[in-house]
Amino acid sequence: MAEVLVVAEHDNAKLDKATLHAVGAGAQMGGVTVLVAGHGAGGVAEAAAAVDGVAKVVHVDDAMYENPVAEDLAALVVAMAEGYDVIAGGSSTFGKNLMPRVAALLDVAQISDVVEILGDDTFKRFIYAGNALATVKTVDAKKVITVRTTAFPPAAESGGAATVETIQAVAPTELARFLGREVSASERPELTSARVVVSGGRGLGSGENFAVVEGLADQLGAAVGASRAAVDAGYVPNDYQVGQTGKIVAPELYIAVGISGAIQHLAGMKDSKIIVAINKDEEAPIFQVADYGLVGDLFQLVPQLTDALKQSKAA
Amino acid sequence: MKILVPVKRVVDYNVTVRVKADGSGVETANVKMSMNPFDEIANEEAIRLKEAGNATEVVAVSIGEAKAQETLRTAMAMGADRAIHVATDARTDTELQPLAVAKLLRAVVEREQPDLVLMGKQAIDDDSNQTGQMLAALLGWPQATFASKVAVDDGGLEVTREIDAGLERVAVKLPAIVTTDLRLNEPRYASLPNIMKAKKKPIDQLGPEELGVETSPRLTYVRVEEPPKRQGGVRVADIDELLTKLKTEAGVI
Ligand SMILES: Cc1cc2nc3c(=O)[nH]c(=O)nc-3n(C[C@H](O)[C@H](O)[C@H](O)COP(=O)(O)OP(=O)(O)OC[C@H]3O[C@@H](n4cnc5c(N)ncnc54)[C@H](O)[C@@H]3O)c2cc1C
Ligand SMILES: Nc1ncnc2c1ncn2[C@@H]1O[C@H](COP(=O)(O)O)[C@@H](O)[C@H]1O
Repeated sequence: MAEVLVVAEHDNAKLDKATLHAVGAGAQMGGVTVLVAGHGAGGVAEAAAAVDGVAKVVHVDDAMYENPVAEDLAALVVAMAEGYDVIAGGSSTFGKNLMPRVAALLDVAQISDVVEILGDDTFKRFIYAGNALATVKTVDAKKVITVRTTAFPPAAESGGAATVETIQAVAPTELARFLGREVSASERPELTSARVVVSGGRGLGSGENFAVVEGLADQLGAAVGASRAAVDAGYVPNDYQVGQTGKIVAPELYIAVGISGAIQHLAGMKDSKIIVAINKDEEAPIFQVADYGLVGDLFQLVPQLTDALKQSKAA
Repeated sequence: MKILVPVKRVVDYNVTVRVKADGSGVETANVKMSMNPFDEIANEEAIRLKEAGNATEVVAVSIGEAKAQETLRTAMAMGADRAIHVATDARTDTELQPLAVAKLLRAVVEREQPDLVLMGKQAIDDDSNQTGQMLAALLGWPQATFASKVAVDDGGLEVTREIDAGLERVAVKLPAIVTTDLRLNEPRYASLPNIMKAKKKPIDQLGPEELGVETSPRLTYVRVEEPPKRQGGVRVADIDELLTKLKTEAGVI
């Protein structure tokens, strides 16, 4: 059985959901060890040890890893790579930044955004903005992969009883320095794991008008997403972008409001269970993937929908 | 500061590609090709750094078939000073893979000695999002990926990065690799006079053998297939019908 190392993503307080999905994927390949590199992140290491399917946690505590740069984290992962056949992470911006660096240092290919594991060395992933599905087989003994979180169920947060081993930090590379982070604060569920997502596009026309989308999201307890056009126009922050080059989502219900349905957008949401499209252009390509299409003015229809939901809740 | 900009020739982002019936790959014959959009952004940023007096020379490099030279001409029409073509017959969407590209680029970096490599975060054909990080690893350089802002300050760069949670700022020493995200800038169109001028700018030609790089693929593409198609849905007349369907038929609310 393969030995799998999952590199945990966390903020020193909480284990990120992406890691649970990566553990879920890793468990399909073998025994899972989770690396928690952080500073004052003992709680995260304990949380990782409790995750179902985790056999071991390796914990490294050092100020350098409080907000680690990929240069330092890759050096650490490579230093401990020897005992592992697979090194895995979520295909979040964290994983995308780190894993190719790890792979190149190990002189192996990296396999990005895996959606299916077919065997020890064979994986499925999308290319061309989701327009083609490739089955790839690697010749490398060590596999470095990132997994699409929506394609693998998360491991349960309890049920595991892994041992926690502490190891030393490796020497800092001193190549890059973390300066700061602006996190878009939101009370809403996280976009990539929400059960319902309401996304707005250029059709909203302004940042203020996004209140229409937010009102609907409030009624549904939904996360809010956006098309690239809406982000580029400054209606919403960059982390709302759904698509080929943004976030991949696959909720139970995805409602696209004022979004035309470019292939780059579809690449990020077409695995949603139910898709609803609201658009005034009946020719809009989004209707080709929508289970339920409603043609009309979003500024009329979305508030109507929001009110109807409010009333059915009150009733 | 000298800047190297790797630019890839890819199927244009407006084209809906077709999977070949024999499952061997994607049809690229007679399909419109363009510069990878993220590389246009990288090239634009390099040219702006030069225009602002922060850079002295912008060198574009493309690895691919002979027609990659068209992409290099575009890069030079936008404002790159000269170009390098690394010729290969391998398909650049599947056969020539990020690790091999990174090794070829390392060899080019060793020849050219740039202070900065500005490149796309992702090629929209293989959707790998790897090459910049790999090149940084091979060179032992810092990497500032998914950049939405690049500021030069003494001896280094301060880069704002797009991350899942929002934005992050990092300081990197030079030499460094920066990969671009969509919001970094809006690339210019090449003007006709500049397209004419670019025809006279030099393109150096190199082969992978000359660079001494082994480029055989690590991944075999066993099969490329059409993804499962979504069943077309229905039109609903109004909000009432939509709600009824969502409750009773779909059961999602
Ligand atoms: C390299 C690259 C990467 C990209 N990555 C992504 C990505 O990750 N995600 C992404 O989304 N895009 C991405 N794009 C952009 C993509 O090609 C489209 O440009 C973008 O998705 C369009 O956004 P939109 O649908 O909001 O805007 P538009 O295409 O302008 O559509 C707006 C829609 O709103 C409708 N509308 C207008 N007013 C109303 C109204 N009052 N009521 C109802 N409907 C109305 C219109 O009919 C129209 O269909 C990428 C592009 C490139 C080149
Ligand atoms: N064949 C190539 N020629 C030049 N640059 C390339 C090539 N392949 C990849 N790149 C660069 O690497 C970036 C990321 O590509 P990828 O890792 O394949 O997603 C691209 O945006 C380009 O800047």
